Amino acid sequence: MKYSELSLLREGITGHKNWPRAWRDAQPKKRYDAIIIGGGGHGLATAYYLAREHSITNVAVLEKGWIGGGNVGRNTTIIRSNYMLPANTHFYDFSMKLWEQQERDLNFNTMVSQRGVLNLFHSDPQRDAFARRGNAMRLAGVDAELLDKEQVRQLAPRLDFENARFPIEGGLFQPRGGTVRHDAVAWGYARAADSRGVDIIQNCEVIDIIHEGGKAIGVSTSKGPIHADKIGIAVAGHTSQVAKMTGIRLPIETHVLQAFVTEGLKPFVDTVITFGAGHFYVSQSDKGGLVFGGDLDGYNSYAQRGGFPMMHHVMAAGVAMMPSLGRVRLLRQWGGVMDMTMDGSPIICKTDIGGLYLNGGWCYGGFKATPASGFCFAHTIAKDEPHALNAPFTIDRFRTGHLLDEKGVGPNPWIQ
Amino acid sequence: MHQINCPWCGPRDENEFSYQGDANCRIATQSKAPEEIEDLLYFRPNPKGLHKEYWHHVSGCRQYIIVERHTLTHEIRSARLARSPQNQEQS
Ligand SMILES: Cc1cc2nc3c(=O)[nH]c(=O)nc-3n(C[C@H](O)[C@H](O)[C@H](O)COP(=O)(O)OP(=O)(O)OC[C@H]3O[C@@H](n4cnc5c(N)ncnc54)[C@H](O)[C@@H]3O)c2cc1C
Ligand SMILES: [Zn+2]
Repeated sequence: MKYSELSLLREGITGHKNWPRAWRDAQPKKRYDAIIIGGGGHGLATAYYLAREHSITNVAVLEKGWIGGGNVGRNTTIIRSNYMLPANTHFYDFSMKLWEQQERDLNFNTMVSQRGVLNLFHSDPQRDAFARRGNAMRLAGVDAELLDKEQVRQLAPRLDFENARFPIEGGLFQPRGGTVRHDAVAWGYARAADSRGVDIIQNCEVIDIIHEGGKAIGVSTSKGPIHADKIGIAVAGHTSQVAKMTGIRLPIETHVLQAFVTEGLKPFVDTVITFGAGHFYVSQSDKGGLVFGGDLDGYNSYAQRGGFPMMHHVMAAGVAMMPSLGRVRLLRQWGGVMDMTMDGSPIICKTDIGGLYLNGGWCYGGFKATPASGFCFAHTIAKDEPHALNAPFTIDRFRTGHLLDEKGVGPNPWIQ
Repeated sequence: MHQINCPWCGPRDENEFSYQGDANCRIATQSKAPEEIEDLLYFRPNPKGLHKEYWHHVSGCRQYIIVERHTLTHEIRSARLARSPQNQEQS
């Protein structure tokens, strides 16, 4: 069924009883042209683009839990393309362009809201660094504005401009950045992929990847063996675990990141704001809750929950930036596990095993990448070669030295 | 909150320590081949299970501790000084 004002009206007056399922509850067939392991945002987007761009529709997405249960439903929903290194700038801005047309593409209200992303700076050297990043973005055709203190005050009057230790000197603003409703992204891609013939199979854990003579031919799952010509891995925090099934070693560590939501408040934060003197970022959801996060917990972990020391640290940074947060009550908190690469940038590539493709290493910033990642991974799988946009995102770069270390912190993922 | 049993100071809360990463990592020297440097610097076993890792007791005795910790349950199996003769031999 096509979602429209008319369908909403019709269902509204008949008591919303006749909405069909958004996607089928598919059971696995014996064989597919392509299998995607992992039904997160990236896996679902890949299946959608395989069908839409490459007419490969005999595809299954295998998800060990439920659609939306992974990081696609756990992130703080921020999208932006304010990167400095050319490979990242072009890739993430392509993603931004896909976000801008996503609701029409998917016929689904993913609540794409380009409310702007404001990165605060607090010192002269930080202003220089932000000006440089802003200039790099503008040279690449990405929108960026360097704001002074008064311009920031107009945009976000509640910040602590009198902070003696971390005075706000200004900010780098990307007007096209913003937020997208994360669950809707998973559901929208699932529905659009399903309507093109893709089987979305939940509660189906991949236990092993079957390969013979250097070629992947299928997977063993909790629902039995399934064969396929091509297999794509898109399992976020579990990339090391799944890659290990074929002996592929990766420059990845798994770490936990938390997210927080407060009680609902009247609108008072209308852009995304990030603190420049500590790791804290906040936006306000349409329901009124402040959605915020900060640093990784800081030690290797596969536990999808966070610890108190980091909660304390994040809130302290938040209150330093915006003292009025001090009286607000926290409603919910959760954690997600992420595959942190040794340079902070992702991997989308072919592997040494024929027919096996890898998409991972998204660190804590892969939500914004979802559409471009799906587009590029689908291309890589369908054509057996990378798209120009993901060609730099190889595993080989760690050997050849072509790292994409946006932050310059080296192979220490816990301080990324 | 993890509690780490520092061999010098006894059981202390996680926030007295600074995490310093996988304790299996070795220092790469420039004379090595690219593959070896890549291996030493970047590849990690990243186990879902017991993990040997450095914690620096930065707000305590300032010693480096090697902790064996489960990455799913966060259970701590052992904690010993990184500079103990036993570890010296291994490295
Ligand atoms: C707290 C938090 C905040 C974040 N905030 C942001 C943000 O503001 N902006 C941003 O851009 N990014 C953010 N991120 C990062 C972003 O969420 C991730 O990079 C991205 O969602 C990862 O891709 P995915 O959606 O495909 O992952 P997931 O949704 O995790 O999908 C992977 C799926 O694979 C499944 N799987 C794993 N192993 C197997 C197996 N063996 N067999 C079958 N299925 C398997 C999992 O169950 C999971 O559903 C955040 C992450 C977290 C945790
Ligand atoms: Zn001590």
